[in-house]
Amino acid sequence: MKQGLTWFNLGSLAIGFLFLYLPIALLVIYSFNESRLVTVWAGFSTKWYGEMLRNESLMNAAWVTLKVAFFASTIATVLGTLSGLIMARFGAFRGRTLFSGMIYAPLVMPEVITGLSLLLMFVAISLDRGMVTVTIAHTTFAMCYVAVVVQSRLVSFDRSIEEAAMDLGCPPGQTFLKITLPVIAPAVVAGWLLSFTLSLDDLVIASFTTGPGATTLPMKIYSQVRLGVTPEINAVCTILVGLVATGVLAASIVTRRQELRREQEEREALAAP
Amino acid sequence: MSDAGAAGGAARSATAPAARQRWEPWNDPSQRPHVEIVDVTKRFGDFVAVNNISLDIFQGEFFSLLGPSGCGKTTLLRMLAGFELPSEGQILLEGEDMSGVPPYERPVNMMFQSYALFPHMNVEKNIAFGLKQDRVPKPEIERRVAEVIEMVQLGPFARRKPHQLSGGQRQRVALARSLVKKPKMLLLDEPLGALDKNLRTQTQFELMNIQEETGITFVIVTHDQEEAMTVSSRIAVMDHGKIVQVSTPAELYEYPDSRYVADFIGEVNILEGHVEAREGDHHLVQSSEAGCTVRTGPSGEEPAGRQVWIAIRPEKLQISLEAPDDQSTNCMAGEVWDIGYLGNLSIYHVKLDSGKMVTATQANMARLIERPITWEDRVYLTWAPDAAVVLLS
Amino acid sequence: MSKPEDSPSQGTPSQGPKVAYMSGRDATAGGLAGVHQRLLLIPPYRLLAALLRRIGLTGHGLVIAVPYLWLLAFFLAPFLIVLKISFAEVIIAQPPYTPLFEFVEDGFISIKASLENYLFLLEDSLYWKSYLSSLRIALISTALALLLGYPIAYAMARAPKRWRFALLMMVILPFWTSFLIRVYAWIGILKKEGLLNLALIELGLISEPLTILNTDIAVFIGIVYSYLPFMVLPLYANLEKMDLSLLEAAADLGCRPAKAFWVITVPQSIPGIIAGCFLVFIPAVGEFVIPDLLGGSETLMIGKTLWSEFFNNRDWPLSSAVAVVLLLVLVIPIVLFQRMQERSAQAGG
Repeated sequence: MKQGLTWFNLGSLAIGFLFLYLPIALLVIYSFNESRLVTVWAGFSTKWYGEMLRNESLMNAAWVTLKVAFFASTIATVLGTLSGLIMARFGAFRGRTLFSGMIYAPLVMPEVITGLSLLLMFVAISLDRGMVTVTIAHTTFAMCYVAVVVQSRLVSFDRSIEEAAMDLGCPPGQTFLKITLPVIAPAVVAGWLLSFTLSLDDLVIASFTTGPGATTLPMKIYSQVRLGVTPEINAVCTILVGLVATGVLAASIVTRRQELRREQEEREALAAP
Repeated sequence: MSDAGAAGGAARSATAPAARQRWEPWNDPSQRPHVEIVDVTKRFGDFVAVNNISLDIFQGEFFSLLGPSGCGKTTLLRMLAGFELPSEGQILLEGEDMSGVPPYERPVNMMFQSYALFPHMNVEKNIAFGLKQDRVPKPEIERRVAEVIEMVQLGPFARRKPHQLSGGQRQRVALARSLVKKPKMLLLDEPLGALDKNLRTQTQFELMNIQEETGITFVIVTHDQEEAMTVSSRIAVMDHGKIVQVSTPAELYEYPDSRYVADFIGEVNILEGHVEAREGDHHLVQSSEAGCTVRTGPSGEEPAGRQVWIAIRPEKLQISLEAPDDQSTNCMAGEVWDIGYLGNLSIYHVKLDSGKMVTATQANMARLIERPITWEDRVYLTWAPDAAVVLLS
Repeated sequence: MSKPEDSPSQGTPSQGPKVAYMSGRDATAGGLAGVHQRLLLIPPYRLLAALLRRIGLTGHGLVIAVPYLWLLAFFLAPFLIVLKISFAEVIIAQPPYTPLFEFVEDGFISIKASLENYLFLLEDSLYWKSYLSSLRIALISTALALLLGYPIAYAMARAPKRWRFALLMMVILPFWTSFLIRVYAWIGILKKEGLLNLALIELGLISEPLTILNTDIAVFIGIVYSYLPFMVLPLYANLEKMDLSLLEAAADLGCRPAKAFWVITVPQSIPGIIAGCFLVFIPAVGEFVIPDLLGGSETLMIGKTLWSEFFNNRDWPLSSAVAVVLLLVLVIPIVLFQRMQERSAQAGG
């Protein structure tokens, strides 16, 4: 069987990626449009970026979003790493089924339900809604993603490394800090990045759980989008997409490089006598 | 089990010159065992991995746990290391009960089958890890790490990370790491399993040298009987969570006490028969499979008519085209069915008149191109009386 | 045999290593365990440690307790509250629902559970139509995503090895960028005076602009676009590890390539197809943003209905009941999916 690209394969890739990237590309292009009309090209301009920076409520929302995303992803990474460790290493304990159920359920739970249920609880315990409640909500669903990422990394790495550390005199707590954590560090970092973008992205849960004064950027975008497409929003979106894409690309290229170098070194070591 | 060992030892010492002093602490009642495993059972749910095992291991031994996968040997080793706790029974190290002692407080180190090197640390750091845990002063750590690196000849690789090492080098790092703490006992879980054949043989001898140099008690788990025979002072053969026989390698080979052991250690022909009579210190066994009466080697007394099995190693069978004078005792006749030429040896598969297939090997002493014995020849297999071992189970 | 008759190692080993080892052992007492030991001399600490041990909280227990309690408090408890409120009645108050438990005189607790919300969901056609329409839209979108995703995954899996990482990255990248933005990008394309109509008119393919935005078609496009990576990734993983010698064997036995695709490749990739379909279908059912931004007023989806019930009508008990039923609708595919994953994990292990 011939490996490689037939015309049909090449065609499906072209159509697929055109479909995936064209909308975003157009959005980026029109953020540099001079005209307010989104569909008429009236020349290159960066004036909408200036408008955007002068729009105080937009900037406020961006700042709130970044703060929420930072705290939520950091707490979620700590809790999620512990959860991943529990699921991969702790074996059976009372309530394990419920625990893994609570880890997996939020991944498939419709956001409207998660948002609604959290809001109703915040009301029930009369917790004032605002940045804190949004952060709690984001932490809760992001930690499940982190847990899954960390768990799958832990499952794939040889448990006897931890046993070896204990055998050499290292108590369990320190073994986690000195051995396990450094080894799973890439997964933990990936988990943090994932949490951060999930939080940055979230509209539905934030809309339910936020309160006055804590409007997030997606909420701001959403309310403006309902009024129609504006180049200003295009500019905001371009910046968001650009930041995330650069981050993800850089991270994956770095890890890919390391992987390739490692493979190369392994080959060399095995070839040596 | 220890009875069997003692009996085998006694049988052997009758033939060895008494003047030579042997190192056999297990036969010396005044020696205190280094490790005592007392009635240890380990269950995982309903599965019994280790079934009521008792075993003594002595200071300075190179002790092997040998058996097929799933026989409980690794579980036993992990109990010695402290990763599993016995469901019943006790493990004593130098007379001290180890049950409450977690792995990180046991003066015992383990070398893992996968080597379990810390991937984020270089060779030196891997080796120094255990000493750092013990808060050994820095200059001493450096000295001792350098010492073991020298011993396992890893000098040029000290700053490499595990993934930059070949399989053999990784194995040395793992060994060095577990030796550097000078444990009272070193546990090795299939230490050579991942190496290729040539490297494995070479490393076996290195392991033996290191064990002698350091005087540390080694307990090794392996499924490779050749490896166990090469390195061990004694071997415990395990099957289904039980110890079948504990003996020195030579005793295991020459005096197996069951068909399982005879079959597991090396090649063997097993022939079924019944005790006919006792004659002096041995038996006469009538075997329809062999088609003759077998005069056995020295053995314990069994009643006439009891079912027994006769084990004869292939290299102890003489193969000949000419019929011996007495064909009724210790002689099997048959037809050559297959011949395997191994260079140094030839293997003959002979189909006896009873239909039973037996194997005989002959050293190829002369440089013969043409075989004196060939397919479909009628041949006679004979053996010395003490080559036939009586097995009761 | 390792032990020559006159082995030098017989007898006890030299005293040196033993002493060194012992000094090491004593030094261990300096670590965390040492701190713990010293703190145990202080009575309140000792009391606390004993108390924690009494209720089964050792080091392990504490590690489990922290995320466990978090999830109980912020995942399970909220859901139970939704369940509770779904049995309440709406009132004009803060909070706008009747309490389920009420302390009445004489220390009795009265439980007022009303099934009215659930009955209303049956009575009013809006709700069950929303459920059905959600399922229909999710199903059609899933099928479309499969049609588009399979050729992409197939081409990726058969592309030269050195390309594959880059192709994979290109599929994953949109998944990381904002969902809302990606949906928003389509508005400018699909609306009446949008880029698609402009281009089609320019090309002379149509004379009148098409109405796509605010129809179900726009919703299909949005869902396929947003969830395409979820379809492609499991398919790619499956197709990539397929043994190509199967196709060679088929060709060797006289099967033409096009037929081999249908009788070998497609059946082999069924686990990937199922996984991809579930991963698109399940989130699509509860989707809110896409039908809200791209769909029309007559596009019924349950996520949207719940949202407007909550934010516009402020009927918290009814929206809770909608949520409970939505979850019940999703339980079946979710359980099926979980079971299938487990089975393939077992088969793989």
